[in-house]
Amino acid sequence: MAEPVLKIDNLRKNFGGLVVTDGVSLDIHAGELHAVIGPNGAGKTTLINQISGTLAPSDGRIYLNGADITTLPPDRRAHLGLARSFQITSVLPRFSALENVALAVQARSGSSYQFIGRADRESALNDAAMAALTEVSLDARADVLAAHLSHGEKRALELAIALAMQPKLLLLDEPMAGTGPEESERLIVVLQRLKGRFAMMLVEHDMNAVFALADRISVLTYGRILASGKPAEVRADPAVMTAYLGEELE
Amino acid sequence: MSLNRRTEALPIAIFLVLALAPVAASFGAETYLLGLFTRVMIYGIAALALDFLCGYGGLVSFGHAAFVGIGAYTAAIFGAHGVSEIAITLPVALIVSALFAYLTGTVCLRTKSVYFIMITLAFGQMIYFVAGSLSPYGGDDGLTLPLRSTLFGFPILENDRALYYAVLAFLLGSYLLLRAIVASRFGRVFRGSKENPTRMATIGFDVFRYQRVAYVIAGCIGGLAGFLLANATEFVSPSYMSWQRSGELIIMVLFGGIGTLHGAIVGAAAFLLLEDMLGGVTENWKLIFGPMLVLIVLFARGGLLGLASSIKERLSRG
Repeated sequence: MAEPVLKIDNLRKNFGGLVVTDGVSLDIHAGELHAVIGPNGAGKTTLINQISGTLAPSDGRIYLNGADITTLPPDRRAHLGLARSFQITSVLPRFSALENVALAVQARSGSSYQFIGRADRESALNDAAMAALTEVSLDARADVLAAHLSHGEKRALELAIALAMQPKLLLLDEPMAGTGPEESERLIVVLQRLKGRFAMMLVEHDMNAVFALADRISVLTYGRILASGKPAEVRADPAVMTAYLGEELE
Repeated sequence: MSLNRRTEALPIAIFLVLALAPVAASFGAETYLLGLFTRVMIYGIAALALDFLCGYGGLVSFGHAAFVGIGAYTAAIFGAHGVSEIAITLPVALIVSALFAYLTGTVCLRTKSVYFIMITLAFGQMIYFVAGSLSPYGGDDGLTLPLRSTLFGFPILENDRALYYAVLAFLLGSYLLLRAIVASRFGRVFRGSKENPTRMATIGFDVFRYQRVAYVIAGCIGGLAGFLLANATEFVSPSYMSWQRSGELIIMVLFGGIGTLHGAIVGAAAFLLLEDMLGGVTENWKLIFGPMLVLIVLFARGGLLGLASSIKERLSRG
């Protein structure tokens, strides 16, 4: 089998005596959508933060396409093809939707140490940004300040920013969080369309989304992987039933 | 923050007024008025640079007067050794400012918010005491420049009016340069870093490096202001870089309207002209100025520019 896009090897993170990531190992292969589910406080966001580089692990290694990225800062990981969305919406509120995405394009097209020439008039940047906005059906709102977008639109904008980075691996931290049922449906459709283009890791509480999208699911409890496998296997796993899914799927 | 719909009328008006001020001054106390407006423009240059840092990058530097002092001392120390050639002294002033900005920026920019304010203040005080201890160059008393800077041997700044227009040209140049930078690729990254540094890092920008470059740019422009100040007053002293001066620069930026660039020029003018006028009324002019500043900050969030535009809005609504 080909080398996995993301390989996590025995990752550990503790804050003092509190162990939040307890020997997590998992692989995500090209084009695969791997969902990570688990109750609140299981360490899902902590795991994503370590993969994207905003939090340093205490032990273990992280490989992106075979390259060890464990100690690289977030901006270097981004250049290696890692993109993420945030659980709590993280956009540039006083930039237009288009400029939010254009910045992500700019980050990987030429030098940003250019001090003259208006960046907002560079058509190459704007065209690529517009294409990404179109993919998440946000093109009609391109000129609206990100602060004025609805919550669901902001989630879509985060996705567009990630797309504009042309990632090899996309980390999605609860993209449906706080969105209404209609908006969730819309995001599921968008994600379905993107599936297969790059590897994705999806952390999500919305079980409809998870079972509609995931190729594989890992269940995280107390920082440890309880079970990992195809959706049907995980659904049938008795340990998972009792630990987590039971209450949700009742 | 649309750059497209920026109103151009005000900046044009500001520069027109500054260009014509000497004509008006020739009917009054010319030397005095020229001197006052030259100082307004010089502090305008320093405040522009600070507005670039605070207003666009969210980097509130409480040590910006250090750069003014470095620029001024470079001119004065060269002068003390008989060198007044602009082609030598100005580049050196800019390089020393850039170096100081690079080194201190490397440390300061590791910190955020209030810690950034405190550490820039600390570096500012450090250089203030260094200047005070330069006994060959006057120590606490400062030193006088033997003559204003010359260009290729010609005393082009000797005439007050010539100095005035030279300073105006530098102000216009700094303004246009910073405006271009704000709208450029670099400026967009810098502005984005103020909004959300974590997001900027995760899309692939090393925020620290961009901020440091911006800090160096602002430091150079501060140094330029100091270089001009030394020429205007023909005297330098450590007081140019005291923390009160840094505070006054912040006040100028807030007073005029933060994050607009031309607001910094308005703020510098308002501050210095009020100081001049109120100072004529009472020695304790700050007793009057203080409450005014409080009112502006409380009721006109965008400074004088914000106040003007909200009044205009009200009038047009009838």
